[in-house]
Amino acid sequence: MTDDMEGLWSVGTAQYFLTTVLLMVGLYGIVARQHLLRKLMAMNILQVAVIVFFIALSAKSGATVPVVIEDGLEINVASYVNPLPHALMLTAIVVSVSTTGVALALLIRIRRRYGTLSETMLLAKLRE
Amino acid sequence: MSAHLPVLVVMVPLLAAVVVPLLGRRSPGAAHAVTLTALGFALAASGLLLSAVVTGGVWRYELAGWAPPWGIEYVLDPLSAGMMVLVSFLALATSIYAWSYLSASDPQRIGIFDSLYLLLVTGLLGIVATGDLFNLYVFLEISAIAAYALLSTGGERATVATFRYLLIGTVAASCYLLGVGFLYALTGTLNMADLTARLADVGESPAKAAGVSLIVIGLAIKAALFPFHGWQPDVYTYAPPPVTGFVAAVMTKVSAYAIFRVLYFTLGGEPAAGSALVFLGWAGVIAIVAGSWLALSQTDIRRMLAYSSVSQMGYIFFGFSLGSPIALVGALFHVLNHAVVKGCLFLVAGGVGWRTGVSSVAGFVGMGRRLPLSMLAFAVAAVSLVGLPPTAGFFSKWYLLLGAFEAEAWIGVGAVVVSTGLSAVYFFRIFERAFVVADDRLSSAQSNDLPVGMLGPALVLAAIVLLLGLFQQPLITHVLQRALPVAVS
Repeated sequence: MTDDMEGLWSVGTAQYFLTTVLLMVGLYGIVARQHLLRKLMAMNILQVAVIVFFIALSAKSGATVPVVIEDGLEINVASYVNPLPHALMLTAIVVSVSTTGVALALLIRIRRRYGTLSETMLLAKLRE
Repeated sequence: MSAHLPVLVVMVPLLAAVVVPLLGRRSPGAAHAVTLTALGFALAASGLLLSAVVTGGVWRYELAGWAPPWGIEYVLDPLSAGMMVLVSFLALATSIYAWSYLSASDPQRIGIFDSLYLLLVTGLLGIVATGDLFNLYVFLEISAIAAYALLSTGGERATVATFRYLLIGTVAASCYLLGVGFLYALTGTLNMADLTARLADVGESPAKAAGVSLIVIGLAIKAALFPFHGWQPDVYTYAPPPVTGFVAAVMTKVSAYAIFRVLYFTLGGEPAAGSALVFLGWAGVIAIVAGSWLALSQTDIRRMLAYSSVSQMGYIFFGFSLGSPIALVGALFHVLNHAVVKGCLFLVAGGVGWRTGVSSVAGFVGMGRRLPLSMLAFAVAAVSLVGLPPTAGFFSKWYLLLGAFEAEAWIGVGAVVVSTGLSAVYFFRIFERAFVVADDRLSSAQSNDLPVGMLGPALVLAAIVLLLGLFQQPLITHVLQRALPVAVS
């Protein structure tokens, strides 16, 4: 167990910088990239940022997996990792996969009809 | 059975969504019959729930018997049950319309279409029913993913517009989820009622403000509130009519409901919620004028209706931000009114396009003669959107204005007045062409109205607009006033 004064959640702050950087990379990619597939990849990075944030919440130094191995022992909350964020993020990953699947299907149709996935060329064709 | 009604409302459309595509290959008719039965059940059950909670008070349902705050609970109060009735009613009406629209052109697709449609309805009903912030995110994404698939079926342009919506919608959902993460980190709970109790002990912190801001921004993008409305006009313009009729009517309203639920119930009394409401109010006031102004300059009728929706969402958020009982009643009544009205307008506009190929405002010349009953429904809905008595729109705007006078929000009053004038102009442009302008080539045109399956839902919605106006007093005292948060009423 590390210093209890840091609180149950506190492990460090690097993960929050990572989340912020991933968020910004994702947002920048969605806005600035020309290719629709790259926009989609940026969207995935944005979703990963949120997942990292949640997973980091459950991290605890010196704690173990939330399985009670021996009966009868006193259960100390501080010695187990919080499993809930993991369960939530499993759902978020499923959502992310489904969204990506639908998005890829849309991209296939756009590519078949317009022959391009570049935003500039697509906009030019849409204006015709 | 009746003890499990809250979960059955959501589960029955979900299970039907699994069955329908299997039936659809062999018999589109049977698939659609199952769809209508499931939606009819959802409507009947929502009606029962509404009457139960109006008389008996809040109904908390523990999912699978897990006690909250650990388990997920559904919370049915007059607000959420009322929204359920609205969602399932419009779902049923537009689903009847969809059959006529699809069976003529592409009966093989009905199974898949109905399945996605039921998933969309499941998601929206779930958002309304749930009392858990993460569960709300899951339903938000279920409805959004089903909506992306449905909206993209309107042709190539619809696919491009939907891809943009998908990107923006996912950014919105990620914002929401990140905001929920902040509040979860502060309190360790996702249950809305539990969160209310625990947040009070946390005290003010940047993390709380960031969490609330992210949640509000995420939901405001989903609600297409100005200036986050960029995705909306293209999507509404190119999507197939039955989908636009439903999505434009209900989806943004359900997001507005979620904001109302979070800011007034879950975070009621928090300073951060108050600041968020001030921001939403100003965005709403700008939306009221900007949406109408943009609608005026559109040549495509569907795009005009889409910008009109931007303006109408502004009214709703303006009402939310005023916060007095009368303004909130006005805003909730406007949710109801605008859902029915915009559903009707998009169904008729789509039907006109389907029958005649016309989608431009200029092309509406003589439509009053060619599709008399459809245009009658359109006219009633449009009059309600402008806000003339005795339609529902008059009363919702009236209560909003009373609330604005009470709060001395003169800029908002001015915005409502200007926007009402503008909306009168953009609808009378259409009335003039449809009913007044005589065209020699069309004078011999026979009345060739929409088939009953498409005309019926539009006429029923128009009738409801009038009924809501006539019976506004009992509706407000028995349902809307009880839907307000306790702190306000």
